[in-house]
Amino acid sequence: MEPNAFMYLTVAAVMFAIGVVGVLTRRNGIVVFMCVELMLNAVNLSLITFSKMHSVAAAAGGAAANVNPAAGSMMVFFVMCVAAAEAVVGLAIVISIFRNKLHIDINDVNIFKW
Amino acid sequence: MSNTVLSLIVLLPLAGAALIGLTGFLNERFRHQEKLIGLIATSAVAIPFFIILAAFLQFTSGHGEHHDAIRFSIIPWIETAGIKINFSYHLDQLSLLMGMIVTGIGSLIHIYSIAYMHHDKGFYKFFLYLNLFIFAMLNLILGDNMAVLFLGWEGVGVCSYLLIGFWYEDMEKAKAAQKAFVANRIGDFAMIGAMFMIFGQVHSLNFADINASAGSLGDNAFWITLLLFIAATGKSAQIPLYVWLPDAMAGPTPVSALIHAATMVTSGIYLIARMHPVFNVPAAEPVLIVIAVVAAATAILAALIAIAQNDIKKVLAYSTVSQLGFMFMALGAGAYTTAIFHVMTHAFFKACLFLGSGSVIHAMHHYFDETHEHKDPQDIRFMGGLKKYMPATGMTFWISTLAIAGIPGLSGFFSKDEILANTFFSGFDHGSIYFIVWLVGTITACLTAFYMTRLTYLTFFGEARYKTDKHHPHESSPLMTIPLWILGILAVVGGYLGLPAGVFGHNAHILNHTWFHGLINNRDLEHTMHEHIALEYGLLVLAIAIAVGVVYFAYNFYAKNGLEGDEKVKKVFGSMYKWMENKFYVDEFYEKTILKPFVWAGDNIVVWFDKNIIDGVINGSASATAAVGDVIRRMQTGYVAHYALIISIGVVIIIGYLILG
Repeated sequence: MEPNAFMYLTVAAVMFAIGVVGVLTRRNGIVVFMCVELMLNAVNLSLITFSKMHSVAAAAGGAAANVNPAAGSMMVFFVMCVAAAEAVVGLAIVISIFRNKLHIDINDVNIFKW
Repeated sequence: MSNTVLSLIVLLPLAGAALIGLTGFLNERFRHQEKLIGLIATSAVAIPFFIILAAFLQFTSGHGEHHDAIRFSIIPWIETAGIKINFSYHLDQLSLLMGMIVTGIGSLIHIYSIAYMHHDKGFYKFFLYLNLFIFAMLNLILGDNMAVLFLGWEGVGVCSYLLIGFWYEDMEKAKAAQKAFVANRIGDFAMIGAMFMIFGQVHSLNFADINASAGSLGDNAFWITLLLFIAATGKSAQIPLYVWLPDAMAGPTPVSALIHAATMVTSGIYLIARMHPVFNVPAAEPVLIVIAVVAAATAILAALIAIAQNDIKKVLAYSTVSQLGFMFMALGAGAYTTAIFHVMTHAFFKACLFLGSGSVIHAMHHYFDETHEHKDPQDIRFMGGLKKYMPATGMTFWISTLAIAGIPGLSGFFSKDEILANTFFSGFDHGSIYFIVWLVGTITACLTAFYMTRLTYLTFFGEARYKTDKHHPHESSPLMTIPLWILGILAVVGGYLGLPAGVFGHNAHILNHTWFHGLINNRDLEHTMHEHIALEYGLLVLAIAIAVGVVYFAYNFYAKNGLEGDEKVKKVFGSMYKWMENKFYVDEFYEKTILKPFVWAGDNIVVWFDKNIIDGVINGSASATAAVGDVIRRMQTGYVAHYALIISIGVVIIIGYLILG
């Protein structure tokens, strides 16, 4: 069976859903982080898929001729950059939480509550 | 003349005030340059006088036929769809006359003040206020719409306040200033009401528009004119708001002469004369009667008080109130030009009297300083025989006294006789109440002649009631006596602009029949006068007899009795004299009936309202915010997952809406 766009998008959606559930349910800061990365990469996968779809359609002279096929790929680079920056800051926070509390249970970090 | 030159009339006094004020504020050394300050301030008033004079000459020659007003404007002010008000001015017959009085007498008083205020530590401030006053007054009388007039109206009020309280370190004087301001504000409130009503009816505040559509005002004219009259009672010191004027004598004497005798206090008369077509509407007829009655009551009340006063300025102050009453009597009789005529003659002789009293006070003050006596330099009981030491002051004061008393040939005679004649003849067609007004006016004229002769005699004639062996009072400097002479001469000749028409023929009354012709329409009394021409002669003879007789009697009476004369006057008036001495307890009456309840209400009702209602609203809104916050802050659980969940749900809802909606 030839892989098509639908399959790629399904994988991306599943990855995104896993990421969301992970962020909402896990208490370990590192794992939450990894889930966020998972979500980001799910988005990246769908971006790439759509980019490819549009480039094929454009080559065939379809309706999406006016869409730049490189746009999706460019977005991916942006997302990766932001993700890298976010990882830097996020991990630094996680490390400083660990230094103070000797664990990284995010439910214990609630000093901003009412 | 070009717009620019004409604008200088209004702008120069403002520029003078700004220059003196700012330089004096920033530079201490400038404050002591009295000659420079005096020069700047005087030229800031004298130059506009000459411009107005030039406009007057142009008006009488070039515009002879048409009598179109000379117009100029400075800047636009309010311009929207429904209303258009500019800083625009007009010089018609009325404005020209008032303008010449204000800037002419203003210039003389500026010159006089240079000597009078010599060595005062507030010298520069005094001239700053004076220039500012002239600026405001010119706005009042030259403005061609009610809004500019109102600006001037308020401006002169402020300057009056500043100048009455000029020596504000004295609590009494500061209080007098406050009293004047508050009494004026009551009148101003009525003025605003009148403006709203007029704008509601006419949709314009231009005098030309208002006067043109006066006929269409109908019954509204009654309320408009009544409000305008109430406004005038505040500024022009009539019952019930006259009480501020006698207290206003706390200010320096040149201020009393300029503001509280010659110019500002006549602005109420100007206002009514300017808007006379509204007063000529049939619906406003009752208001004219009200004006005449109130004016007569004011005139006689003030004259009675003046008899029993010993402070030279207080006598003149009550005399001013009384004379303003005469002017309003003329307005009440619909003789607007006559009122303006009396404004003019009164400006001459009363300014001269006030400046003369200033000269006397100045001299007595120095004399008491030299002899180390602690006596009131304004009390005529310590004066007497001053004519010998102050010939110029004495002479001009005496001339002006004769003028105000109505001695034939002097200015006051013509204007006062005209007022009384107009009120008398109004009695035939417009209600016999005018006869009573006339009678009261005639009695007041007797009283005027009496108390003014008394004042002059006790001040300038007879024995000196102070020691003259080592020191004696000195005549003031020429800077003070020259204005006195000019005003004295004007007080003599000013009346010839208005010779009685009934006696000397239609054209003898230059003011009514040539100058104001076509601009101001008096209520027509001429045919009544012609019907009763014998009566007119009779009135004239009566007026002459009263003036000459009373002055002669009073002079001899005080010559014979001296200060003891007052004791005899006391016997004549009996128990009423005590009332006169105490100003009929009007101040005390106001204190008890108005001030006390106000203070009580302030202490009780207002404080309660403030504590409970005002504070309640503020405190209530604060605690309501706290209570709501107490509930909704529970949302902030502090768990990251909760926030993430809410964000996810939000995203799902939004995307769901975008896809499905």
